[in-house]
Amino acid sequence: MEPATAIDRDQAAPLLPDLFARWFTGRGWAPRPHQLELLAKARAGRSTLLIAPTGGGKTLAGFLPTLVELYQAAAPAGRLVSTGRELRRSHGLHTLYISPLKALAVDIARNLEIPVREMGLKVRLETRTGDTPASKRQRQRRYPPDILLTTPEQLALLLASADAPYLFDTLRRVVLDELHSLVTSKRGDLLSLGLARLFALAPGLATVGLSATVAEPDDLARFLVPQPLAGTARADIVMAQAGAQPLVTMLDTEAHLPWAGHSARHALGEIYALIKGHKTTLIFVNTRSQAEFLFQELWGANDDNLAIALHHGSLDVAQRRKVEDAMAAGKLRAVVCTSSLDLGVDWGDVDLVVNVGAPKGCSRLMQRIGRSNHRLDEPSEAVLVPANRFEVLECRAAIDAVADNAQDTPPLRTGALDVLAQHILGRAVGAPFLSDELYAEVRAAAPYATLARADFDAAVDFVATGGYALKAYERFAKIRQDTRPGKDGRWRITHPRVAQRYRMNVGTIVEADMLKVRLVRSRASGAVIPRGGRLLGEVEEYFIETLTQGDTFVFAGEILKYEALVEDEVYVSRSTATDPKVPAYEGGKFPLSTYLAARVRAILAQRETWYGLSDQVREWLEIQQWRSLLPAPGDLLVETFPRAAKYYLVCYPFEGRLAHQTLGMLLTRRLERARQRPLGFVANEYALAGWGLGDLGLRIARGELSLAELFDEDMLGDDLEAWLAESALMKRTFRNCAIIAGLIEKRFPGEEKSRRQLTISTDLVYDVLRKHQADHVLLRAARADATSGLLDIKRLGEMLSRIKGRIVHKALDHVSPLSVPVLLEIGRETVYGEASDTLLAEAADELVKEAMQ
Amino acid sequence: MSVPAHSRASGNPEPRTASPLVRGRTDHVVTIASVALVADPAGALYWPELGLLAVADLHLEKGSSFAARGQLLPPYDTAETLQRLARLIAHYAPRCVVALGDSFHDGGGPARLDNEGRDNLRALQRGRDWIWLIGNHDPEPAVDIGGMFEAVLAIGALTLRHLPSGAAGEIAGHLHPVARVAHRGRAVSRRCFAADSSRMVMPAFGAFTGGLNIRDAAFCDLFGTLKFTAHMLGEDRLYAFAAKRCLPG
Repeated sequence: MEPATAIDRDQAAPLLPDLFARWFTGRGWAPRPHQLELLAKARAGRSTLLIAPTGGGKTLAGFLPTLVELYQAAAPAGRLVSTGRELRRSHGLHTLYISPLKALAVDIARNLEIPVREMGLKVRLETRTGDTPASKRQRQRRYPPDILLTTPEQLALLLASADAPYLFDTLRRVVLDELHSLVTSKRGDLLSLGLARLFALAPGLATVGLSATVAEPDDLARFLVPQPLAGTARADIVMAQAGAQPLVTMLDTEAHLPWAGHSARHALGEIYALIKGHKTTLIFVNTRSQAEFLFQELWGANDDNLAIALHHGSLDVAQRRKVEDAMAAGKLRAVVCTSSLDLGVDWGDVDLVVNVGAPKGCSRLMQRIGRSNHRLDEPSEAVLVPANRFEVLECRAAIDAVADNAQDTPPLRTGALDVLAQHILGRAVGAPFLSDELYAEVRAAAPYATLARADFDAAVDFVATGGYALKAYERFAKIRQDTRPGKDGRWRITHPRVAQRYRMNVGTIVEADMLKVRLVRSRASGAVIPRGGRLLGEVEEYFIETLTQGDTFVFAGEILKYEALVEDEVYVSRSTATDPKVPAYEGGKFPLSTYLAARVRAILAQRETWYGLSDQVREWLEIQQWRSLLPAPGDLLVETFPRAAKYYLVCYPFEGRLAHQTLGMLLTRRLERARQRPLGFVANEYALAGWGLGDLGLRIARGELSLAELFDEDMLGDDLEAWLAESALMKRTFRNCAIIAGLIEKRFPGEEKSRRQLTISTDLVYDVLRKHQADHVLLRAARADATSGLLDIKRLGEMLSRIKGRIVHKALDHVSPLSVPVLLEIGRETVYGEASDTLLAEAADELVKEAMQ
Repeated sequence: MSVPAHSRASGNPEPRTASPLVRGRTDHVVTIASVALVADPAGALYWPELGLLAVADLHLEKGSSFAARGQLLPPYDTAETLQRLARLIAHYAPRCVVALGDSFHDGGGPARLDNEGRDNLRALQRGRDWIWLIGNHDPEPAVDIGGMFEAVLAIGALTLRHLPSGAAGEIAGHLHPVARVAHRGRAVSRRCFAADSSRMVMPAFGAFTGGLNIRDAAFCDLFGTLKFTAHMLGEDRLYAFAAKRCLPG
C-alpha cells in the first residue's frame, strides 16, 4: 500500500467540473484535498477506502465522483423502460449507497439533494428501507433511480430477486458508509456476500468505503475489493487530514468517589454544571439502564428547566426521531444517550461530549468525541466522568491513548457460517446456482476468503435438507439440485413458499425477545385494563418475567407500574413510587478492549504514572501496595482471604466481564472437583471474585492446591465442553445462529399469531442436536461465535497462556483494597434506586473500613 | 376402558413395588385421591401398586412434522424420546405403560416413523401392556405402532386421560406445565408436575416439547385456585414449590 499523497491543486482542478467548482465557491468552501483525491481515484477506476474524522466532509467526498460522473455522462441514450404508467428512458442504477442505519440513509438523501438542486443536476436519488411502500419498491426495480440509498438487509432482498441482473448490470459505484462499524458484526458478513454478488453482476464496479480511523486500515481495505484465489487484494487508501487534537479531560470530582457501581450519581451536580456551561452537550453512557438512571437524576436536579432528552435503542422509533429532530433544530441543551448515537446524523452544534463511565476502548471513545464540534480546525471538547475507582484508571489510560492517537478497533471478522447459509438460500431464491460458481463468488468476499470447500458444501447441505447425518428430509428439501442427464446440476428452490419465507426472515440482527411497552391508565382493582395507550418502546422479555403486577420500574424516562402482560404487550401505568427497579438491559455492554486493559495494567504497575490520578485513587492504590501488592504488567495477582466464615479468591485479569464470567464458571467446576466447596462468584470488567467454604489460602500454603494447575489452559478442554452443554449463554448464542441460518423462522407468511405460540424452544433443539450430531454446521457456527462473543473464550485463552508461570499469590488475613470494587458487586444484581442504594452504601462502608484499617 | 385397581395381566414381568433408595435418592411420592404415586425426575409417573408407568405428551416425530412445513428441525427427537423412555422402562420394569395422548405430534407421525424407531418401540412394548390414550394431536388410532388405543383409562380412584377436566382423581397431560422460580435475583425454569391432593397435570415428556407456565390462567381454571404444588424436575430429584411462590411468565 502506497501512502496516500495530497494531490496538487493544479493537477486536480480538471477533476472538478466548473459547475461544481462554482458551487463550492458559492458556498464559501474549497474542495478538501481528500475530496479531490477521491475524484482522481474514481477517474482511475480504483476502489478506495477513505479514512476521515467525523465532519471532514466525508459523505460529500463519497458522492462527488458519482455526481461528477452523472453530470458528465449526460448522454441522452439509455434504455426505454415502463414505469407502470408510461415509458421512460433510464440509464439504470449508477450508485448504491449502503448505511448501517435506516435513519442515516434517509438523512444522507436529504443532505445530498441540496447540491443536486443547487447545481441543477439531473440526478434522481431515492431511499429504500423497510419502511418503503411495496409499490415504490416495485417501481424502483423496474425504473431504478440514479442513486439508491439503502441498508445491507435491503441489498440482500434486492439481490434475491429475479430482477437483480437487470437492476445491477449498470451499477458503477457502491458507497459504504460507517464501514468501520458495519464490518464488526454479522451484518458485515452479509454485506460482504452481497458485495461479492455485485462484483459478479457488474464487473466494472468500483467501491468507496467511508470509515473512522481504525487500527488496521489495510485489512479494512480488503473488504472493498474482490479477493483473488491466492494472496489478497486491497482498495487504495485515502487519509483525510486529521482534525485538531481533541481536548479530553477527566472530571476530578469534589465528591467522594464510589468504590463500585456505574451510576455516577456522585458527579450529578458537576455534570449539570457542564451542561449549563455549554450550548449543547451529548452525554454518552454504556447501557440503556444507565441512560434511564442518569436521565431521571438529571431531571430531578434540573432547577433551570433545561431541555434535556433521552435517547436509546429500546425507545420507540417515533420518540427517538423526535429527539433527533429537536437536536438537529438546536432545541436541546443535552441528550443522555447510549451507543444509539455513536453513529448517525451529524449535529454541528454539539460543543461538549461527556462520557460517563468506562470508555471501554479508545477508538470508540474517539468516535464519540468526534460527535462534537465539526469544524476541523477547532478542537472537540470532551470530559470523562469515571463512576468508580477502577474507571479512573481506565479513563486515564484512554486519555493517554487518545493523545497517542492509538487505535483498538477489532480485527476483521472471519465470515460466519450461519450468515453464509442465509446468503446461499437468498442466491437460490434469486436464480438457480451452480455450487462451483457460488463457492468461487463467496470466496471473493474478504471475510470468506479462506472458507474451506467442505464448510461451503456443509452450508449448502444445511440449506437443502438441514445438514443432518440422518438423511431423513430429502422429500422436504428447500433447495434441490437437478442432476438428471442433460440438466446442469443447478440448485433451485423447490417451492415459491421458500422464497416468501426467506424474504420475511432476511437479516442478521437477532434481538432478545422483546415485548412492547404500552402506557395505559392505572386500573381500579378488578377493572378491565383499557387498551391501546401510547407505545413507549420495547423491553426484554426476561426482565418482565421477573416482575409481578404492581412492581415499578424506570423506563423511557418515567417511573412505571407493571399492570399486565397482554399477548406480547406489557401494559404499564404512571407511578409515583420512589424505589423503582431499573431494567437490566444487556444492550450496549462492550467489553474493555485488550489494548486499554494493557494500559491500565501498566498504570497500576508504575507509580510514576500516577500523577494523572486523583488523590482518592492514589491513596487507594498506595494502601493496596502496602497491604497486598500491585501486580507487574504481565502478572496475574491472586489474593485469598477469609471473611465472615467464607473463604475468598480474587484475581485481576482485566479481560472484561464476559471472559471473567467464563473463567468463573470453569474455575467453579475445578474447585468443586478439588472439594473446595465453592459457593458463588461475581465478575466485573477488571476482576473475578469467588467464594466458598474451603480455606483456599491454607490449601495453597500446604501445597495441596496449585494455582498454576487451577488456572491451567487445559480448562478450555473437557471443563469447557461440559459447561457448554448447559450454558445459558451458549444456548442463546446457538439460538441466534439458528435464526440467522433459517432453521428457526421468526416470521411466517399469513400467520400473525403471537411468536410465543409458534416458535419451538431452540434450547431443546440445542440439547438434542449436541447429543446426536455434535459436529453439525450450526453448532460449529455457534461455537465460533462463542469464541469472541458472549463467552469470549478466545480472550480467556490468550490470558491463560499469558499468565503461565506468572501467577502471584498473596494470602491475606482480610479484604484487600483492590478487591473491594468487585466484592461490592455481590448481591447487587440489577436493582438500583433509593432503598437498595442505602443497603449498598452500608455494605460498602463496612468493607471499606475493614480494608483500609 | 375401566379396570379395577387390583386386576393384573398374568405373564407380565414382576414390577418394582417397593420404593426405597433408588439411584441414590428417595422416591418423590405424590398422593392423588389417596393413591401414592412416584413422580420420576425424568417426567414420568409410576404407580407401584399396579406396576403402571405413565408418560404424557411424547410428541414423537415433531421434528419431521416441522420439517414437512418448512422448518428443518433435527430428525433426532423421536430417537431421543424413546431412549429416555427405554431407560425408565429398564428401571421400573412396568407391567403396563400408558401414554397420555399427543404421543405423536400429528396424525401423519406414525407413518413417518423410521424403521429404527419402529423397532425400538416394539422392543419397549414386548412383554407388557401398552396403552395409547388419544390426544388432540393424534385423535385417531394408528396402525403399525402396536399397543391398544383408548380415550380414557379409569383405574380404581384414578382416571387417566389427555385433556384435563379438573375432575377429582384425574391424571392428565396436554398443558405441558413449566414452573419458574427466582432466587437471589436469578430465575430457574423447569418442567413440572402440577398437582393438588386430588388431580395432577403431568409434564410433557417429548424431547422437543416446550411448556406453559403454571401461573397461566389454564391452571388456575383447572385447580380452582393457586393452591396447588409444582413438583419441578431437577437433575436427579424433584423440587416442590407452592404455585403462588412461582413466577408468572
